[in-house]
Amino acid sequence: MTTIAMSPDPVVPRDRAPFPPIPFGRLVSVELRKCFDTRAGFWLMASIGITALLATGAVLLWAPDDEQVYSSFAAAIGIPMTVILPIIAVLSVTSEWSQRNGLTSFTLVPNRNRVIAAKGAVTLGIAIVSMLVAMAIGAVGNVAGSAILGIDPVWDATFTDLSLIVLAQTLGMFVGFMLGVVIRHSAGAIVAYFVYSFVLTGLTQLLAETQQWFRDIQQWVDFNYAQSALFNGSLTSTQWAHLGVTSVIWLVIPMALGLWALMRSEVK
Amino acid sequence: MITVESLTKTYGGFRAVDDVTFTARPGRVTGFLGPNGAGKSTSMRVMVGLTPATSGHTTVCGRSFADLPNPGREVGVLLDASAQHAGRTGREILTIAQRTMGLPRTRVEEMLDLVSLTPSEADRRVRNYSLGMRQRLGIGTALIGDPDVLILDEPANGLDPAGIRWMRDLLRGYADQGATVLLSSHLLHEIEVIADDLVVIGNGRIVAQGTKAELLASAGTLVRTRDVPGLSAALTAAGVANTESSAMGGRDTLRVEAEAEVVGTIALDARIALLELRAAEGAGLEEMFLELTADNQREITAADQGEAA
Ligand SMILES: Nc1ncnc2c1ncn2[C@@H]1O[C@H](COP(=O)(O)OP(=O)(O)OP(=O)(O)O)[C@@H](O)[C@H]1O
Ligand SMILES: [Mg+2]
Repeated sequence: MTTIAMSPDPVVPRDRAPFPPIPFGRLVSVELRKCFDTRAGFWLMASIGITALLATGAVLLWAPDDEQVYSSFAAAIGIPMTVILPIIAVLSVTSEWSQRNGLTSFTLVPNRNRVIAAKGAVTLGIAIVSMLVAMAIGAVGNVAGSAILGIDPVWDATFTDLSLIVLAQTLGMFVGFMLGVVIRHSAGAIVAYFVYSFVLTGLTQLLAETQQWFRDIQQWVDFNYAQSALFNGSLTSTQWAHLGVTSVIWLVIPMALGLWALMRSEVK
Repeated sequence: MITVESLTKTYGGFRAVDDVTFTARPGRVTGFLGPNGAGKSTSMRVMVGLTPATSGHTTVCGRSFADLPNPGREVGVLLDASAQHAGRTGREILTIAQRTMGLPRTRVEEMLDLVSLTPSEADRRVRNYSLGMRQRLGIGTALIGDPDVLILDEPANGLDPAGIRWMRDLLRGYADQGATVLLSSHLLHEIEVIADDLVVIGNGRIVAQGTKAELLASAGTLVRTRDVPGLSAALTAAGVANTESSAMGGRDTLRVEAEAEVVGTIALDARIALLELRAAEGAGLEEMFLELTADNQREITAADQGEAA
């Protein structure tokens, strides 16, 4: 157009091909990187392996001889995992707010759901990989323990047992993730997780012991209680139903509300 | 190109941004000027989708920011240089941006060079950065995608004089290549030297906008007299807008929206002696800024209030 040639600014806008959308896989790889690229993050991840080693060592040293079996190692390693994994999940979400780098993250990817989904994918990956690592460390411990005793190692945990434990840990991790999304503050979400998983467990137990009405519905409303079945090796279909219903109440609904609020919130 | 249309943002009953409309054009540096709390940062956050607007809307490159497929490649944003994970190194922060945008790895080193962060500084954690280093890193993050639009909130904050000079030349260069540059400031001098267009905002409302030349030209005439009330009354009676001005230091000056000749004639008819009469543009943008935002100023002195009463 001639008007352009005549305009006082002889500036030709650069002709650039339209940019393709950012692929989801790239977001996942960036979020994974963000879990490791600070000292705190790195040591938190490393602590998965470190505490698994410590727990294994503790079983080797202090467990009675007849308990030098694989399930002892698996149980011992599971304890630190129930604390560390949810904290990792909480921080992966809340650091965007507590450290305020969300200002950059959410301008580079304005669809906040995609960022959160990428974090969710990383969380799931970390849950599975770290449980595999922990179980491998436990297996080495079991071999070492039985070698010390001079007996054949006892593998008393089936693949199903282990899978259910991985599922339980993953659910715990996603409770942390959900609390991160809802609370969006590191300390607040971590405290909330501990209240949920330790204080609340005690309270519901007390309530179930004293109140008949609660005992009747507990299986359908108490997520912690429903999850405890996962550590017993197998679930009846009713128990699966309990798990499904309680996870909708405790995980799916709060997560949906949290995401709804997060999408509309102001990042500053 | 950035367009802002009837943008309003309220917090409870408080209107932080009130019906703001303006356009930042390609090839030009647009200065977004206003006193503290005027609503500059809030407007900019709305432009990049971090704060939802109460009403009105904004577009960048002809689209709503949220619809840009890879915003970092088209819009460089710096809102708050301190808003970074304190535990990451500067290089890591650039690497995250480079990866997210899908840029070649070499861009990270190029940006470190551009913003003059040395390799050892780049490997330091951001918690140990000085304010100016953070600002440089923030500018690097904004520019890494080679965008055509820049939205920078007080980019000169914390930079030393050489750094400010460097940034000015850098932004000028970008605009000369056709980029749209929007930068905010509450420091007039900073904006005066670099901006082509100005949007002046006070208490959430736009109080003036236009090219720098237009705004300077419209600054009118300064006239000094011992009979300020008399001259003011005469001017007002003649239908000529005038306000008291402190541009010449004392309290004996009026700024008048008319040519010097018109003012001189009115004064002659009113038999008021003038001490000085000249075009106001020499008074510079500072005067204009203070005058335009006078109603919105926090610093209303006791004397002003006494006189107003
Ligand atoms: N979440 C909020 N709740 C209430 N008021 C808010 C909120 N966010 C911003 N404000 C108010 O909105 C107004 C505009 O703030 P903003 O940060 O946009 O100002 P600014 O022009 O950037 O000022 P400065 O030059 O100091 O950076 C201020 O009065 C501020 O207190
Ligand atoms: Mg501001």
